[in-house]
Amino acid sequence: MAKIVAATGNEAVANALRQVDPDVCAAYPITPQTELMQRFSSFVSDGIVKTELILVESEHSAMSACVGAAAGGGRVVTATSSQGLALMWEILFIASGLRLPVIMPVVNRALSAPINIHGDHSDAMGARDSGWIQLWSENAQEAYDNTIQAFRIAEHLNVRLPVMICLDGFIISHSIERVEYLEDSDVQNFVGDYRRVNPLLDIEHPVSYGPLILPDYYMEFRKAHDDVMAGVDEVVLKTGDEFEKISGRRYGLFEKYRIDDAEIGMVILGSAAGTSKDVIDGFRDMGIKAGLLKPRLFRPFPYEEVGSALNHLKAVCVLDRADAFGGSYGQLFLDISTSLYPFEKKPILINKIYGLGGRDYLPEHAEFVLKELAGIAETSKVRTFKEYIGVRE
Amino acid sequence: MAKILTLRDLSKKDVLISGGHRMCAGCGAPTVIKMVLLASDYPVVASAATGCLEVSTCISEYTAWKVPWIHNAFENAAATIAGVETMYRSLKKQGKIDREIKFIAFGGDGGTYDIGLQSLSGAIERGHDMLYVCYDNGAYMNTGIQRSSATPLGADTTTRPAGSVIPGKTEPRKNLTRIIAAHNIPYVAQASPSHWMDLMKKVRKALEIKGPKFMNVISPCNRGWRSRTDDSIMLSRLAVETCFWPLYEVENGVTRITFKPREKKPIEDFLRPQGRFKHLFKPENEWLMKKAQDDIDKEWQRLQREETPSAA
Repeated sequence: MAKIVAATGNEAVANALRQVDPDVCAAYPITPQTELMQRFSSFVSDGIVKTELILVESEHSAMSACVGAAAGGGRVVTATSSQGLALMWEILFIASGLRLPVIMPVVNRALSAPINIHGDHSDAMGARDSGWIQLWSENAQEAYDNTIQAFRIAEHLNVRLPVMICLDGFIISHSIERVEYLEDSDVQNFVGDYRRVNPLLDIEHPVSYGPLILPDYYMEFRKAHDDVMAGVDEVVLKTGDEFEKISGRRYGLFEKYRIDDAEIGMVILGSAAGTSKDVIDGFRDMGIKAGLLKPRLFRPFPYEEVGSALNHLKAVCVLDRADAFGGSYGQLFLDISTSLYPFEKKPILINKIYGLGGRDYLPEHAEFVLKELAGIAETSKVRTFKEYIGVRE
Repeated sequence: MAKILTLRDLSKKDVLISGGHRMCAGCGAPTVIKMVLLASDYPVVASAATGCLEVSTCISEYTAWKVPWIHNAFENAAATIAGVETMYRSLKKQGKIDREIKFIAFGGDGGTYDIGLQSLSGAIERGHDMLYVCYDNGAYMNTGIQRSSATPLGADTTTRPAGSVIPGKTEPRKNLTRIIAAHNIPYVAQASPSHWMDLMKKVRKALEIKGPKFMNVISPCNRGWRSRTDDSIMLSRLAVETCFWPLYEVENGVTRITFKPREKKPIEDFLRPQGRFKHLFKPENEWLMKKAQDDIDKEWQRLQREETPSAA
C-alpha cells in the first residue's frame, strides 16, 4: 500500500532515487539541490542503497563521471541546479550524443549575474537544446512520480537518452507537502532491471565510445538523434499508462485544466500552475471560461498535441519564468506560438515574464493576466505582446 | 605480483593499439600507448582526453583501440575513467562482474597540466583505482603547436612565437609530476619511451598497486619540436640524459631515481636538434639558455636530495 507522508520536494525525489537504487551516483553540492543529495548520501552511508557514490569536485566532473559510469553499463544519477547545470553544459551534449540514459533532477534556480539562489527556469531553459528529455513538475508529488517514470523513459530501448526532471527551487524543493510514496517493491518492479547496451565493461566485446565524426557522417548522427526524439512522446505516454496502474495517478504529455471548453487560457510550467488553477476556479465561478495548459514533456515538445489543445481559444497568455534575451519572447512562448502556427484558427497570444530569481507569483498576478485575456477575447485589442509582471518600473 | 618483463614474452602479446591509426609518422605518443597497454597483465579499459591521440585513433567506423575505450571531452579523461571505475566497483560488489579489470586514462599535456588538472586532482584525491598517463609533448600540438604550461622555457610556439621582442616562452614549465606527488597518492612516476623497460616496469608496478597512480611520459612531436621524423626515441633519450626529463618514481612518498646518466649531458644537446629552440643559440638569448640549464640543475639536485635526504 502507498504511504502518505509530509515531505519536501527534495526529500521526495531522494526517496524515489532510494527506491530505484541506482548503481552509481555522482554528486556535487549546490543550492537548492544540496538537500536532495544530502538525503541520498545518508541512504548510501547507512547501506540502505547499493549505490556507489562519487563525491566529485565540480558539476563538470559530476556529468563527466556520469558519462563514464553510464557507458560502463549501469543505472546512473546525479542532480544539480543553476550554475551547476551551466557548468555541465558541455557534457550534457556528450551524454545525450552518446545515448546514455543518465537521470538528473534539476532543482530550477536563477543564473548569475547577479547571483541569486531562488527558483527560476533559466537554468533548464539554457539546457533546452542539449538533446536531453525534460519532464517538468508542479509539486513534490509530480517530482517524485516523474523521477520514477524517468528511468523507464530514458532506458527504453527505442530511446536511450538522458532525462532531466525539473522542479522549482525552494517552492517545490523546500516546501513540505503531502506526498504519496509507492511501495519499494512496486517501484522496483516498475523500473525493472537495467538493460545494458554496448557496455564498456564487457571486456570480451571491446567497444569505442566517443569517436571523431567528420562531415561525412556527423549529420547522420544528428538526424538519428532527432529521429529518436520524435518517438519519445509515445514512450512517455505508455510509461504514464503503466504508472497509473501502480499509482492511480495519470500522466500525459501535458495537463489540461478546464481548457477544453475555455475561451481564454494560460500556459505555465511548474509550481505556478497550482496557484493559477485556484484563480481559474474563481473566474469560472464568475462565469468566465478560463482554463490552463501545463506542459510536462517540455523536450521533445509535443507541438501538434499542444496546438490542438489550444487552437480553439480566443486568447492565451504564456507565462515564462525565464527570458530569452534576444529581443524576443520567453522560451515557452516561442514553443507555444510554434505549436499554433499551423492552425488557421488560433488564439491571440501574449507573453508575461514572471517570478525571476524567486519573485513570488501571487494569485493577483494570475487575476491580472486573466482579466487582460478576457478583455482581449472581447475586443481583440492587445495592449502589449510581452511584458514583465510583478516587477518595479 | 607481476611477472618479470622479457622481450620474448612481450613479443607473444597482442599489441592493443592497432596500426592504421592516423597519428603522424614519428610521433612518440602511439609508441607510449603501445608500451603501456603491452605492459599490463590485466584486461584494461581506457579513456582518452580530446587531443591528437583521440582524434587520430577513433574516426567514424574505425577504431585502433582493441581495449574498451572512451573519449568524453578535453578536460575530463580522469573524471570519465573514475566514472567507469566506479561502475565497475558497483557491479563487482553486486556480483554482476567477476573479472579483474584495470583502468587507464590517457591525456596530453594540454588536457592534463592545463584544462584537465582539476578533474585529475579530484579523481586522485578520491582514491579511484586508476592509472593516469600523461603523454607530454610540451604544447597543444593537435590544434597547431600552441603554448601550454608544459611548454619548456624558451620554446617557440605558435601563440608565443620567438619574435624580435619576445624570445618564445619566458616562463619555466609547470612541474606536474611534483604537483601530483604532493597529493600523496601511492605511486607517481616519470618515464620515457627511450627507456622502454623502465617505462613498462613502472606501468606494471603501478597496476599492481590499488588506488590512484600517475605517470608522466615524455612524448616527442616532430611537428611541434621541429625535428626529424625518425628522431623521436633519440630525442626522448637526450631528454633523459640531459636530466631535462629525469626518470624517477615516488612510491608511498619515497623518491627513487630509476636512471642516473653516467655523464649528465648539457641541455644544448637536447635543444640543438629541435627547431623550436633554434633562436636560443643566438648570442642575445644566452641568458635563456643559461636559465634553462640552471633550472634543470636545480631540479636534478633537488631530486637527488629527495632520494637521499641524509646526503643533503
